Amino acid sequence: MTDIPVLGFIIQFAQFLLDQLPVIAHSSVSVAIPIALAGLCGVVSERSGVVNIGLEGMMLTAAFAGWASGAAALAILGPSQGTAIFNITLPLLVGLVAALLSGVLLALLHAWVSITVRADQIVSGVIINIAALGVTGYLNTLISGSSPQGAGGFKPLVISADVANIPLVGWLINAIFNQGPIAISAIVLIVVVQILLFRTKWGLRTRAVGEHPRAAETVGINVVRLRYRNVIMSGAIAALAGAYLSMESTTSFQANMSAGRGFIGLAAMIVGRWTPVGAFGAALLFASSTAIGRAISFAAPENSAGDFLKSIPAQFYDALPYLVTIIILAGVIGRSIPPAADGQPYEREAAA
Amino acid sequence: MTDKPAAAPEPQPAAPNKQAGRASLLGITRSVAGQAWSVLAMPLLAIVLALIVGAVVIVLSSALAPGAKFDLALPLRAYQALLDGSLGSADGRVTTLVEAAPLIFAGLGVGLGFKAGLFNIGAQGQFLVGAVAAVAGALVVQGDGPLIAIPFALICGAIAGALWGFIPGFLKAFSGAHEVVTTIMLNYVALALISWLITGPLRNPRAPQPITPNVGDAILPVLIGRDGHIGIILAFVAVPIIWFLLYRMTVGFEIRAVGANPDASRYAGMKPRRLVMLTMSIAGGLAGLAGTINILGISHAMPASYSTSVGFDAITVALLGRSHPVGITLAALLFGMLRAGAGLMQVNAGVPAELVDLLEAIILLFLVASPVLRRLFRLRGVKSSLGTTETMSRTYGSEAIR
Repeated sequence: MTDIPVLGFIIQFAQFLLDQLPVIAHSSVSVAIPIALAGLCGVVSERSGVVNIGLEGMMLTAAFAGWASGAAALAILGPSQGTAIFNITLPLLVGLVAALLSGVLLALLHAWVSITVRADQIVSGVIINIAALGVTGYLNTLISGSSPQGAGGFKPLVISADVANIPLVGWLINAIFNQGPIAISAIVLIVVVQILLFRTKWGLRTRAVGEHPRAAETVGINVVRLRYRNVIMSGAIAALAGAYLSMESTTSFQANMSAGRGFIGLAAMIVGRWTPVGAFGAALLFASSTAIGRAISFAAPENSAGDFLKSIPAQFYDALPYLVTIIILAGVIGRSIPPAADGQPYEREAAA
Repeated sequence: MTDKPAAAPEPQPAAPNKQAGRASLLGITRSVAGQAWSVLAMPLLAIVLALIVGAVVIVLSSALAPGAKFDLALPLRAYQALLDGSLGSADGRVTTLVEAAPLIFAGLGVGLGFKAGLFNIGAQGQFLVGAVAAVAGALVVQGDGPLIAIPFALICGAIAGALWGFIPGFLKAFSGAHEVVTTIMLNYVALALISWLITGPLRNPRAPQPITPNVGDAILPVLIGRDGHIGIILAFVAVPIIWFLLYRMTVGFEIRAVGANPDASRYAGMKPRRLVMLTMSIAGGLAGLAGTINILGISHAMPASYSTSVGFDAITVALLGRSHPVGITLAALLFGMLRAGAGLMQVNAGVPAELVDLLEAIILLFLVASPVLRRLFRLRGVKSSLGTTETMSRTYGSEAIR
């Protein structure tokens, strides 16, 4: 490997990436969506000072609730013709609503434990994760015994080949819009929350409560209510990520199908410095690491750069997001600092 | 040991003290019983309530099967089968111990972390890294006979686990990176690492699936039953050692002091940074041993698809056992029972073995809600179950330890 100059290697690698760009970009966005939503969920919750480790469990529960309710609704309502765009059917909508509800319920539990009971937020989150794994695993085994018909899934918007082949921007349009309704609304949601968080009263209050709840309370902000609201919102966002898994990117539920995406989302939030767009960027970065790894194993270029890339074990690309997160958390490159009151239960001062 | 249990900061559920002398035996019995009650009430209540909720879930879900009706007797049959499978036969009892042993090791590790105010979610990764290192160690000394191979493999597993625990400890101590996040990340790095090792350098070339070669000489001797290996004894030996470390050694006192109040312990001249690294390393080593005995004692080779829930069950065990070595042992035995009996329950009562995960989940939920349970059941003087973990996430947003 020593005989190829570094510049040559970079050129060959860039050439490979350019060739594979349409494939890598599209699959990166698809893989990044649940991670970015999980990161967004973490941002909304932690900016107000409540750590939400339980988002993995919320995702998993929502994925199950969405799929199971969709299947139940299909059995009761009977099959119906989906809309031309996105293949929206009534059972799927029922499933989506059930998924959101389950996420909100779990978030309510987390909010109650960490805000009202003032128990340890990380313990509560870990318990939600273990509980979600147990409950969904049990119910899934039970239900899949009768192998019910699922409600299917939302379909991606069809982008015509003409649009996708527009030079320079075609691949980008294809990557972003050749997606299902949840994915597209996730991207919109990320931008909207970014603006809300840094440009509105709610955002200012959220950040104030996350940094210094006592000061926020003295200027008349209801810390408890705001934290409840934010945690419940974060639960709904995590649920959207779960629904994406079982109703859009696939059409059925598998035990433990969230497979750590909630935790990578947490990592994306940290790498993105607790901002929605930053978390999305980090999620894209993580997802493209996976996508590039996959592209290399399928279609490595026939040159020295390709040989080198193939010599890196595929598992390295899997581990990369986690390693990057650890390095950034450790402050080796660009330290990322959480909100000051993150994880601390808030106790109102007794009235004099 | 002349210390009365009453003097210890964490009362043990001990038998009446024989050296009570002239003091009324009844009075001491009552006070010890009272203390035991204050510690045991909440975990026991959580278990009982979980069994009740579990029964309700079994009844409700019995109607989910096609053409079935609500079966009110099903929970009884399920729990009966669970008991029969775990305690009803000699084989079952051995399986209970085999299942409990790694939980004791890993639970002790997580509990030790709790005592130091550290939430070690990384037991899973430490378990896996320890397991694969034990295999690697066993392969190195292949042919040297069990007397060398077994201790060497055990040490390899413990050291690898300790290293995997040291990393988050070091990061916590010197950069303030919170151990919850770093241990979660390291769990996934460990997964990638063992997948690479077992599909690559450690792969048995003659096996169709990616799996390591057999550990050969390092196989733990079986003492009782079909697979009652010597690792069970090692786990039970670790319990008094960790208890001694925590409650009879200076370093244990310092670990508990750092957990209770890092600032105060620093002003008292202790070194929180060193203690955090030490605690995480010991915790990792214990979890690594859990993985080691599972590989050397049960599976004898490690497939790339090796899956386990020990690392996460260990968190439950430590929480349920209130981070005390004795409590952890009891909780580990309970979960060993549940895991051992689950198979028979599935066969005899037709209830999915995942019911055990469900029960685990419900127990945990009740533990979290313990302040509410205390009010609901009017349990005065009973300790809240998560007492030792209250300060855990308060350091989440803070800077590095000074």
